[in-house]
Amino acid sequence: MPDKPDRNAIEVVNVSKIFGSGEGQVAALDTVSVSIRENEFFTLLGPSGCGKTTLLRLIAGFDFPSAGEILLYGQDIAPLPPFKRPVNTVFQSYALFPHMTVADNIGFGLEMLGKPKAEIAARVAQMLKLVKMEALSNRRTSQISGGQQQRVALARALAPQPKVLLLDEPLSALDYKLRKEMQIELKRLQHETGITFIFVTHDQEEALTMSDRIAVMSAGKILQVGAPRDIYDRPAERFVADFIGETNFLKGTVVSKKSGVATVKLASGATVAAGFPENFDPSGAVTVVVRPEHADLIADVSKGTVSGTLANVVYFGTDTHYHVKLDGGDNFIVRYQNSRSGAVTFETGAKVGIVFEDDGARILKD
Amino acid sequence: MALSQAALFEAKAEKASARRNRLLSLPALIVIGVFGVLPLLIILVYSFLQAAPYGGVQWKFSTDAYLNFLFQQDIFDDTLQFTPDFLIIYLRSFLFAVVTTVICLLLGFPTAYFMATRTPAQRNWWVLLITIPFWSNLLVRTLAIMFIIRDEGLINNLLIGLGVIDKPITMLYTNFAIQLGLLYSFLPFMILPLYASLEKLDFRLVEAANDLYATRRQVLWRIIIPLSLPGIIAGCLLVFIPALGAYVTPLILGGGIHLMIGDLIAQQFGSGRNWPLGCAQALILMAAVLVALYFYVRTTSGKIQHG
Repeated sequence: MPDKPDRNAIEVVNVSKIFGSGEGQVAALDTVSVSIRENEFFTLLGPSGCGKTTLLRLIAGFDFPSAGEILLYGQDIAPLPPFKRPVNTVFQSYALFPHMTVADNIGFGLEMLGKPKAEIAARVAQMLKLVKMEALSNRRTSQISGGQQQRVALARALAPQPKVLLLDEPLSALDYKLRKEMQIELKRLQHETGITFIFVTHDQEEALTMSDRIAVMSAGKILQVGAPRDIYDRPAERFVADFIGETNFLKGTVVSKKSGVATVKLASGATVAAGFPENFDPSGAVTVVVRPEHADLIADVSKGTVSGTLANVVYFGTDTHYHVKLDGGDNFIVRYQNSRSGAVTFETGAKVGIVFEDDGARILKD
Repeated sequence: MALSQAALFEAKAEKASARRNRLLSLPALIVIGVFGVLPLLIILVYSFLQAAPYGGVQWKFSTDAYLNFLFQQDIFDDTLQFTPDFLIIYLRSFLFAVVTTVICLLLGFPTAYFMATRTPAQRNWWVLLITIPFWSNLLVRTLAIMFIIRDEGLINNLLIGLGVIDKPITMLYTNFAIQLGLLYSFLPFMILPLYASLEKLDFRLVEAANDLYATRRQVLWRIIIPLSLPGIIAGCLLVFIPALGAYVTPLILGGGIHLMIGDLIAQQFGSGRNWPLGCAQALILMAAVLVALYFYVRTTSGKIQHG
């Protein structure tokens, strides 16, 4: 839709949140700005304590920012109490009302909005169908399983048709298989309802599979915002590369650079061409990162960019990791996807060379 | 062979554990029997005997005690005449107990909510403060109230000294004094179970309700009150039942002018010298409480079920 520019559902402008006072004060969020587009599946990703849940609670209205603005379709909602914001939340603990049935839980928001009974009933039925819980509508929330509670929590938050749905690590209590199922399910729900989703998680895999865009957070700041592929392939900082997926780090010195590509002399003596993010000017001693699947093992040691001894081969089912002890002493991991032909055959203890794929190496800010 | 031996051993172990359980419950059974059931049986038996002229009972079966509750023998022709005197005292006590329970609930709920929403360390201090009155005797505390509200007491002296009034306001030996005393004595019994209930409340549910457009008032009525109903029921029972049978407070603060059930029953064993009547009055009170309790629990537990 080129004639219709993307609208921002949420704009967070220079928001800070400081807890405590005096000596003991902690900045949970430090001048954070981010825009979340309409109908987007947006993920706040980071380790615990990075401020992602704090940001979500500010958008929900459970806490109020110490500074800055939160705009919902251009209107500042930061001073509004939660019950005046057209935003609903799926809680990590689900927070279902134990004294009500599944249907009453789902209808609660509409009831509080003063909708007519018939409309509530119709909408509840629609929601029950959406999350495939029709059969259990009269059960108490204590009588259903964790996965079912999760679905009820989703239906309850979606029933009032919020402008934005906030999800606070909603899948963390589910077991692996159910979590995988719910990831697909959430994506489907977001697609069917057309509601903007803001999803908080510390699970990078979850973030990569579900999101349209991801904001990686650390220590109260947003480090990088981008599509999953951008974040993974072109991390802006060392923290992002380290937090998302596995990465090899190599020390080196910048020899020359031109138009986004620098030539770096590695400790092994070999030189590699390494890309680097805009707004970053690498020079002197730098760290070069290479993803394990962006490198290849070769038997001809002399042709390797770096070389070492194969220390360990770890089989993961879908792929195999080759742990190489580099001649300089660092560790390097090369990953191959397993196929039935089984092309790679190296024995532990063998001397191997490693070459990087084109664009495989990048220089990052520490 | 091995299997049957194992089964045999299991059966033996089961029997032993059953015997052990019976043995362990023995102290509780003895306490309940000696201090609970036995006295009740004595009261029941006594209520069907005749009063001895100088206190105690004569071992002759009689239903006089129950008849005397509602009827009085005419001095001249021995016919039974309806007298509502006792009934009025029962109704008055009932009214005092209801008012006490309602006011305690209205005062106790915000207090307990306040306590439950403090930090854990602060909560302990609040519980301590609420329980401090229990450290001294109820009689002493009631006498202290007497000194505060009597004609030459603290309140009247203060008001006269400030020039607000020129004659003392009579408060002691009035219904007001009794009501004040009852509220003072029983408020902690309301606050503590309410607090216990509210302290366990998951306040994330309050956030969830807020998020789903519930205003503070709606959160209170739809989430907090239904979920703290067990505490509300316990608090109301703990206040209502002892308030109904209160003895010391109405006696001291009401000056014996405004009789309540407790004083009435006590009188039968003292100056009234009619033990069977006292026993009958006590049993009638108990029956009334049990009936009231039955209906109360039935209606409120229905509310818990249906949200």
